[in-house]
Amino acid sequence: MVNKLTLSFMPYGEIQKMESAQRIKKILDIILAGKIVILQGKLEAAEETGLIQATMALVGRIKGFRGVEIAVINPESDQALMDKIKMGIAKVLAGNRYALTIVGPASVVKEIKRDPKKIELLLKS
Amino acid sequence: MVIRILRNFFSRIFLDIFRKKKDFSLGFYGPPNAGKTSLANRVCKDWTGEEIGKVSKIPHETRGIQFKEKVEIDYKGKKLTLKLIDTPGIATKIDYEDFMKYGLGKKDSQNRAKEATQGVIDSIKWLDDVDAVVVVVDATQNPYSQVNITIVGNLLARKIPVLIVGNKIDLKKADIKRIEAAFPEYDVIGISARFGKNMEEFYESLFSLAKKV
Repeated sequence: MVNKLTLSFMPYGEIQKMESAQRIKKILDIILAGKIVILQGKLEAAEETGLIQATMALVGRIKGFRGVEIAVINPESDQALMDKIKMGIAKVLAGNRYALTIVGPASVVKEIKRDPKKIELLLKS
Repeated sequence: MVIRILRNFFSRIFLDIFRKKKDFSLGFYGPPNAGKTSLANRVCKDWTGEEIGKVSKIPHETRGIQFKEKVEIDYKGKKLTLKLIDTPGIATKIDYEDFMKYGLGKKDSQNRAKEATQGVIDSIKWLDDVDAVVVVVDATQNPYSQVNITIVGNLLARKIPVLIVGNKIDLKKADIKRIEAAFPEYDVIGISARFGKNMEEFYESLFSLAKKV
């Protein structure tokens, strides 16, 4: 039974200037404390796999840690061409802040059901 | 002048022929239990007579990278030589207790989980060494899983050509249209690796993929 659920909101500005390894460590530190991270924006493709590799390296080494659940909500899929171009320019200038990334410990989050329009966070019970 | 033009013409043709005949490394990627090894076995069996690895209903049966060198595909007059790389399933979580549900003992389950975590790390490392990738997804499952999206996103970022294969189309719940909707910019085909269904389209798609390398 989940007694306490903590969501930790991380604005994009908090990780913007960090190196990839630092970003991954920051997210994992919060997850290892049993919290769910809601990150404004999206990790780079290589950072996503880096997060998975770092997670796998910890499974079995930290008691009770079984891995993570990750989901990214991207508002771009349904956009018109002009909006996509505007979003592309904004991404180049300010980074991808429009997506939302949710990462939580697998022992707390049972499953993140994701489809392009909604997200469901199913908790362990 | 004419001789030079002819020489250039023929050398270009020969270069093209050899370029297309060059071996390329084809990786099989995807989440656990999607049927990567079943498909790799089917391809190997079709063209070498041997299988590449063991398959099982228990997830993470493949926990180390498996290779088959010089797989020569000769299909409808077209030839292709592959180095086939079958990778462990990529997952974001591995719980040894899940293996116990399949009847494995605690110790065996813990060992399997340990090997599986290393397998995931190795699979990702091997992305640096593949020329093209077949992403195998289970056509009965939701294709919008983050593992699928992360794999395809990574391949896109690395500019590695991708073919998406929805496996298990022999099952009632299989839905290829859902996979096509999830990955509209990619070639998606449905197969049953277990029963060899639609392998013709798979081989046709493989030759198209090879052209992108």
